[in-house]
Amino acid sequence: MELVFALAIGALTAGGVYLLLRARTFPVVLGLTMLSYGVNLFLFASGRLATGSQPVLGTAAQYADPLPQALVLTAIVIGFAMTAFVVVLSLRNLADHGNDHVDGDPKKRTPASKHARERRPL
Amino acid sequence: MTHWLLAPILIPLLGAILQIFVGYAPMPLRRVLAIITSVLTLAAAIVLLNLAGDDTYRVYAMGNWQPPFGIVMVLDRLAAMMLVLTASLALLCHLFSIGGADEGTRQFHSLFLFQLMGLNIAFLTGDLFNLFVAFEILLIASYGLLMHGSGSTRSTPGLHYVVLNLVGSSLFLISVGMIYSVTGTLNMADLAVKVPQVSGDQRFLVEAGGMLLLVVFALKAAVLPLTFWLPRAYASATAPVAAFFAIMTKVGIYGIIRVYPLVFGANAGEMANLGMNWLFPLALATLIMGVIGAMGAQTLRTLVTWQLVISVGTLLAPIALGSQKGLAAALFYLLSTTWTVGGLFLLIELVRSQRGSASDKIVMAPQIRHRTLLSSLFFFGAVSAAGLPPLSGFFGKVMILQSTTSGVEMAWLWGTVLTGSFFTLIAYSRAGSVVFWRNIEGKIENSTPVTPLLAISTGALIGMSVLMVALAGPISAYTNATAVQLLDTRGYIQTLQAPMVEEGS
Repeated sequence: MELVFALAIGALTAGGVYLLLRARTFPVVLGLTMLSYGVNLFLFASGRLATGSQPVLGTAAQYADPLPQALVLTAIVIGFAMTAFVVVLSLRNLADHGNDHVDGDPKKRTPASKHARERRPL
Repeated sequence: MTHWLLAPILIPLLGAILQIFVGYAPMPLRRVLAIITSVLTLAAAIVLLNLAGDDTYRVYAMGNWQPPFGIVMVLDRLAAMMLVLTASLALLCHLFSIGGADEGTRQFHSLFLFQLMGLNIAFLTGDLFNLFVAFEILLIASYGLLMHGSGSTRSTPGLHYVVLNLVGSSLFLISVGMIYSVTGTLNMADLAVKVPQVSGDQRFLVEAGGMLLLVVFALKAAVLPLTFWLPRAYASATAPVAAFFAIMTKVGIYGIIRVYPLVFGANAGEMANLGMNWLFPLALATLIMGVIGAMGAQTLRTLVTWQLVISVGTLLAPIALGSQKGLAAALFYLLSTTWTVGGLFLLIELVRSQRGSASDKIVMAPQIRHRTLLSSLFFFGAVSAAGLPPLSGFFGKVMILQSTTSGVEMAWLWGTVLTGSFFTLIAYSRAGSVVFWRNIEGKIENSTPVTPLLAISTGALIGMSVLMVALAGPISAYTNATAVQLLDTRGYIQTLQAPMVEEGS
């Protein structure tokens, strides 16, 4: 289980970092989301992995550490809010500059915005 | 347990919630309520400053959970000083904002107060994860404030700022997880007990966590490899927001001062002074980068944003060296530079409003109205920022220089700070003489008048450096005592034994 868990965190983080370094806002938002998944799993694992045990004393022979679960819950809620915000911000960026480049560079138009420009009545 | 500890958090929280409900009320009512909240926050901070003056730690255990199991708020001299600094800066920026900058969105005042609350939580908390939560609160409010205002120039720098800080938050969580996985605690006092006991291979996990945490704080403080987000983000914000953001880089510095001497300080065994040997050269490099940026600035606003970077470098160099004198000097300079830079941001907005299409570009333009007032304010601000006598920036820098007395560090610190100050002075003189003195023929249309409110709030922030000289004795006594308190970690560890409220009492 440890190996699968570690590989999952590694894959999510690597994918997240790769997507973060892209030049378009959509992959960047996806990358941030993947990165936060990886981080949440990592934070969850900081209380050690245990199967069949509950975070309640006296209900099982072994109990799971409840604190990382609380931390992860907080991190998930915050991460969710932040993702919502960054999506809205990317849309605003798209609306302001007519393309979804992270630098808002008008010289590098996406095919979609080119298409939109051609269709615009003169 | 004194309940006053929660006042600087609850007052802005309630004020901000109230602002949401009165969002459609007439503007004067909203403004009055907002300013009352800011004034009350400042009053609460001053009460706490008086409480903290007796060198004892005051603990507020949330929900009466005995630390290290629950979240604690800890008040000491450093926290009280940061609270007063933040609340005074916030009040003056808030006063400036009701001069018209708050009209862009209905949410301005609630965002502003939420940010104030996030800052206050960050300064009061005694728990590493709670510090993360505080960072998120102040960041999400700052995202909103940064985007506040009209025009499309803000969305791209805003996006960069948000994405970068989200990555920073992920790193924060990773480092918190690493530290927790070994020590089993996130209470700072408990960490100070547990970290020196870590041995064997586990030490590397905690070390990696500690270094990652330093990266997070360095990102907030804009230390050199992570500094380039700052100028564009700050240059696009509205004036009161940019001025209030002068405290944002100081939050990163506060994190370093709070966590490193306590958890990874001299008593931390094999992990003593973790990362500080990296921080010193990086701090000096940040200073140099800031000076280069200031020399190349095309607008007054960019010049002042680079001044922020310069002050971060100047502050972190003595902190990295870790001596008590250095820490005290850094705290003194922190007060001085935050007020001055905040004041300069406000002043530049006033200058900009007088210059029509020349805006705040460092170019020749017709003579502005209120030239005597604005140029003398700029003169005072620049003198304090560059560190010339007789204003407080000079005393801060002298104290920083005096804190090292020998060795290679002294040579590097003296050389960099003095050369840096010289070139900063050149940058300010060039900017000031071009903008205020070299006038061309003509008349500026549509300049908005400088109202007394705007002038007073700007003047008060810049005038803080004069006040700091007048009160230099008490203030430096306070920062000295703060440094002593910070380096003696036994007192902070004692907060673990804080008595709880008994049942039925």
